Amino acid sequence: MHLMNKILLYEIHNTIRNKWIIIYSFFFFFIGYALFAFSGDGSKAFISLMNIVLFIIPIVALVFGSIFLYNSREFIEMMLSQPIDRKSLFFGLYLGTALPLIFSWIIGITIPYFLFTVNYNNTEELILVIIIGSLLTIIFTAIAFLIALKQDDKSKGLAYSIFVWLILAILYDGLVLLIIYTFEDYPLDKFIIGLSIINPIDLGRIFFLIQFNISALMGYTGAIFQKFFGANLGIVISSFCMILWVILPVYLSLKLFGKKDF
Amino acid sequence: MIKLILHFIFFYLLLNFNTTFSKEIVVSPKSFIKSISQAIQISRSGDTINIKSGYYTEGNIIINKPLIIIGTRNPVIDGLGTGEIFTITSSDVEISGLTINNSGVSYLYENAGIKLKEVTNCRILNNTFINNFFAIYLAKSSNSIISGNYIEGMRKKETNSGNGIHLWDCRDIIISNNIILNHRDGIYFEFVRNGRIFDNRSYNNLRYGLHFMFSDSCKYWENIFESNSAGVAVMYTKNVLMKKNVFRNNWGTSSYGLLLKDISNSEIKENQFIGNSVGILLEGCSRIIINKNDLTENGWAIKLMANSMENSFSLNNFINNSFNLSTNSMQNFNKFEGNYWSNYNGYDLDKNGVGDVPFRPVTMFSVIVEKQHLALILLNSHFVKLLDIAEGVVPSITPNALIDPKPSMKAINWSK
Repeated sequence: MHLMNKILLYEIHNTIRNKWIIIYSFFFFFIGYALFAFSGDGSKAFISLMNIVLFIIPIVALVFGSIFLYNSREFIEMMLSQPIDRKSLFFGLYLGTALPLIFSWIIGITIPYFLFTVNYNNTEELILVIIIGSLLTIIFTAIAFLIALKQDDKSKGLAYSIFVWLILAILYDGLVLLIIYTFEDYPLDKFIIGLSIINPIDLGRIFFLIQFNISALMGYTGAIFQKFFGANLGIVISSFCMILWVILPVYLSLKLFGKKDF
Repeated sequence: MIKLILHFIFFYLLLNFNTTFSKEIVVSPKSFIKSISQAIQISRSGDTINIKSGYYTEGNIIINKPLIIIGTRNPVIDGLGTGEIFTITSSDVEISGLTINNSGVSYLYENAGIKLKEVTNCRILNNTFINNFFAIYLAKSSNSIISGNYIEGMRKKETNSGNGIHLWDCRDIIISNNIILNHRDGIYFEFVRNGRIFDNRSYNNLRYGLHFMFSDSCKYWENIFESNSAGVAVMYTKNVLMKKNVFRNNWGTSSYGLLLKDISNSEIKENQFIGNSVGILLEGCSRIIINKNDLTENGWAIKLMANSMENSFSLNNFINNSFNLSTNSMQNFNKFEGNYWSNYNGYDLDKNGVGDVPFRPVTMFSVIVEKQHLALILLNSHFVKLLDIAEGVVPSITPNALIDPKPSMKAINWSK
């Protein structure tokens, strides 16, 4: 544990000096600035912010995570020549990537919120956006690690990362729409709920929509979703899915990291 | 001189004559006459009954002659939850300044705080109604004024609540400056001609803020309809004018700012629709002019069903709605021109304030949702945005003819 903390601290120091992390932070700062300073209504700004979060965070976590691991190759090899636990090294690396990413965007978004929002009555929305964005960062950094460990070729690994993002962020919804159209004669409600839970980006989006009563707009469909996600069981199941999305790639990449011949 | 004196005497007599014939009867717990019914019994047509502050429980009070009933310092007339309180069967009655509570819930009778039955020329002014089944009920009446009343219902279930102001088969009624809440329908009209409804506020009602059917030639202006569970619904009517009303925050799975069904030859002008699930729904409507309205932050600003035609939408502001317009038709028999659409991306090269590129208010996603309601779970999805952009470039499944050829570049300031 002590060893892991040491590696983690070193990694965090290393990462926050990375110019991309700073640019990432500035990016969210300017987005937040634009949204909060120029949009009259807070809720509306948060819906736009959520869209950006759902779009940008997964790809940044994927690309940054995999590049980071590829660039740490020599460091890992050097560390592994020492008598240290591989598990500690892995978590040090993983958290050392994910945490600075999270801090960076949270700082970027909260500063304009407190600077430009006249009355802070959207703090609840802010917290929800932060939770969803952070979870997405953790999940997609883990997926990036898994890809980078599985694929030694850097360019192929990057391509896989972008491919995964393309599927989950965009094509998946197309698939859902296709299913809705193809099987329109069947009762699909539960199936579609299941499908939207599987994808962490969709889950984040729907969770946000439900929280802000946009469900009323969705009529019958909204009522079904409200019933599911509003109830305890729904929250438990969707939280479980999110956690599974964190645990599964972390576990798989940890296993891979343990066995891998660097 | 003598002539002048004679004149004076004549006028003096005339004045005296009047006062002797229309006297004032005072009802008070402390005075000789303690009951309103008793006062009505001994009164003669045209008398004034002055009800002093106090608490009166007399069951049903029938007013069968022209009287002026005034409450001073807030007398309370309590129906104790059974039956009707005031039943007016005579014309030329005025009731003002009373607090009328607890007319009885009944599934057989429409018990009201004040019921006007087949009368004309009555005035119900500045009363307070609390916890009544129906508050004010007019049947087959005409030429009357209902103004300045505060009407609060008991907010029970829809089935055992009555309406705030209920009109059935009436002519020439003015309803103004009332506040109505927690009833089933705030204002309900059936078979009414030539009603004038203005400056009312109807909110938190269980069903509709305003509900009318078969009520031609009525005018509604400067009313506020807010947070009613189903908004405002108007049906089977022609020649309606709705002007400068506010329809706000009617939000829910079956809630409408304004639901129009089988309405024709009407005008909807200078209203504000803010934060409703559906701003305006048009079903089977024709020749409606929808002009200079603000539609802001609604789920759907306008839902236009295929059986509506020859309606014209001009100079309206569509601002930040999730969907500007949805329709279930591939054709378009309605006219959209000169509206402001907040998500219009076109340009204006000649700087005349009119966009050079026509605007298509129906997005691909709204068409998909109209066909497959379940697809709404993809709201705000990036894939859907891509689809909308693609469809905007080459329209294929959105109605081709439905365009605003002259979208305004700036929000229209119609209040000037």
